[in-house]
Amino acid sequence: MSVVLQEPVALDDSVPVRSRRGIVWETVKRRPSAAVGAGVLLLVVLGAVLAPVLAPYDLHKQVGPVFGHPSWSHPLGLDDGGIDMVTLLMWGARISLVVGFAATFVSMVIGGTIGVAAGYFGGKVDTVLMRITDYFLVIPDVPLMIIVAAIWGPSLFHIVIVIGILLWTSTARVIRAQVKSVRERVYVKRARSLGASHTRVVFRHVLPQVAPLLIANTVLTIAVAIFDETALSFLGLGDPSRISLGKVIENAFQRAAISTGAWWAIVPPGALVAVIILGCSLLGGTIEDALNPRLRVAHLSARSFRLRPLVGRGPEAL
Amino acid sequence: MRGADYIVKRVVFALLTVFVAITINFALFRLAPGSAVTNLARVPHATPETRLAIKRQFGLDKSKFQQYWIYLGQLFRGNLGVSFANSQPVATNLRTALINTIPMVLIGTVFAILLGTLTGVIAAWRRGTKAEGASVTTALAFYSMPTHWLGLMLVILFAGVLPTGGMSNEFLLNPSFSTHVKDLAEHIALPSLTLGLVLYGEYTLIVRSAMLETLGEDYILTARAKGFRAGAILRRHALRNAMLPIATLVALSLGYIVAGAILVETVFSWPGLGRAVYDAVLQRDYPMLQGAFLLLTISVVFFNLVADLLYFKLDPRITT
Repeated sequence: MSVVLQEPVALDDSVPVRSRRGIVWETVKRRPSAAVGAGVLLLVVLGAVLAPVLAPYDLHKQVGPVFGHPSWSHPLGLDDGGIDMVTLLMWGARISLVVGFAATFVSMVIGGTIGVAAGYFGGKVDTVLMRITDYFLVIPDVPLMIIVAAIWGPSLFHIVIVIGILLWTSTARVIRAQVKSVRERVYVKRARSLGASHTRVVFRHVLPQVAPLLIANTVLTIAVAIFDETALSFLGLGDPSRISLGKVIENAFQRAAISTGAWWAIVPPGALVAVIILGCSLLGGTIEDALNPRLRVAHLSARSFRLRPLVGRGPEAL
Repeated sequence: MRGADYIVKRVVFALLTVFVAITINFALFRLAPGSAVTNLARVPHATPETRLAIKRQFGLDKSKFQQYWIYLGQLFRGNLGVSFANSQPVATNLRTALINTIPMVLIGTVFAILLGTLTGVIAAWRRGTKAEGASVTTALAFYSMPTHWLGLMLVILFAGVLPTGGMSNEFLLNPSFSTHVKDLAEHIALPSLTLGLVLYGEYTLIVRSAMLETLGEDYILTARAKGFRAGAILRRHALRNAMLPIATLVALSLGYIVAGAILVETVFSWPGLGRAVYDAVLQRDYPMLQGAFLLLTISVVFFNLVADLLYFKLDPRITT
């Protein structure tokens, strides 16, 4: 079989020009992993938001024996205080998601601003901002979080701020690279020369172009934030008055769920965290892949020794 | 010499980063809310005389700038202060902990790199097959698990088969050398495995995407056209070039290894640096916490520098 190379795409009007958003949407539709990720996330968010309505029992009421076995009325058993695990998971996911979203919002605002400023203005601004980013990138975030949480005291607000302040680096770098390339495009230069202000150019022309990448990054950051919150809680630095999924794991560990044999108190909360993070990774990763032009080229593989386009993408997408 | 200024630049940057970390370290603990005396000495109802004495003892009666200067001077001489918890010099505590941590982390990381590279290469080479799907899904699953939770799962699975806590069996009296080594190996297995499994997922994904990019290059097509065997192309042409991003990203994941070590050591009561951080948090042992943070930062900065230099060695095109 001969080597089949990509036909050069003719630049006539019959080939529809796709916007970046269009490419993302196409990819998400065609790749099941993204749909699975989005579906899982939607399910978890729904369960968490509707916890006050859907939760089968009271979060603060003992409804059975300590570490009660799973049964029909309590499908996941009871925890160390005799509280229904399903109820705990729903309320815990609520707090974990709040921390995840809030911390991500903080880091998006910081990272987005720094990335856009560095990429758009370039020159000295770029150098200074990227140096700062480099410093933050090297400092190990979890130990710093531990110290800050230990000194300022455990509270949900502190956790959000600390995670948010430390997670923005990758966003800033990714956004900066994108903005740099967008800035050089002809229409942006035209807009400038027509007298549009920097603010207008950034918000009207640059931001919409980087938006998909920003979203992908947001989704990935949510995963990291939830992971970090779980870790901080496990080390006893979580908010004592709020039950997050990390807190549920910590409680079970501290109250010897394992030596009691009460696996149902410790397996589900961690599995739920893993599912949330997996959902975020699948969704965010797919969007990022779709936007990475280097991954869009065909390549050789073991099965067929010819150039083959990536799964689900015809040559017209190139 | 080629790129001498590149090396100098990287080293200067690393030193500057350490300096910034030291300053953050100083500032963080001085910015703690509440009076520094109650924070540092933990005396709730002290008389003014005691307070003054404590202030003097810790040098808190001097100006912030003087304190900073003294702190730098002490650090330079390797004096990290005295632990609140056991009244030993922090440096001694840290050294003991570090010696325990290194083998555990090393075994876990090597395991992760080997397994991650293997599955990552397979995933890229067998793109679009079931092998890729299985490899990527497994990697993502392990990548998504909270480190400490995975450790606890292993505890549940291996309870009774392998020891799940500590570093050695304290009831072994005068063990022979081989018994002692076997005992240590049994104790190190689960913590290392936990760390290795969590890291491997990330490495698989990194290796896979680096390999995918390389396999799309023209020189791979050329090599194929020349009729080289698949294995040779994979090893000599693709993996060689994919090593560049892999080396950098593995180095960047070191901060993550540090975090992982804290969680793993807490689960398995491994008497290392991570456990020391956990204990220091519980006991509010600030000098110890400060020292541990400094040590962790320096090690991450150091390995980043190593990665930068390695990158330079691997890629002859880099000149600046």
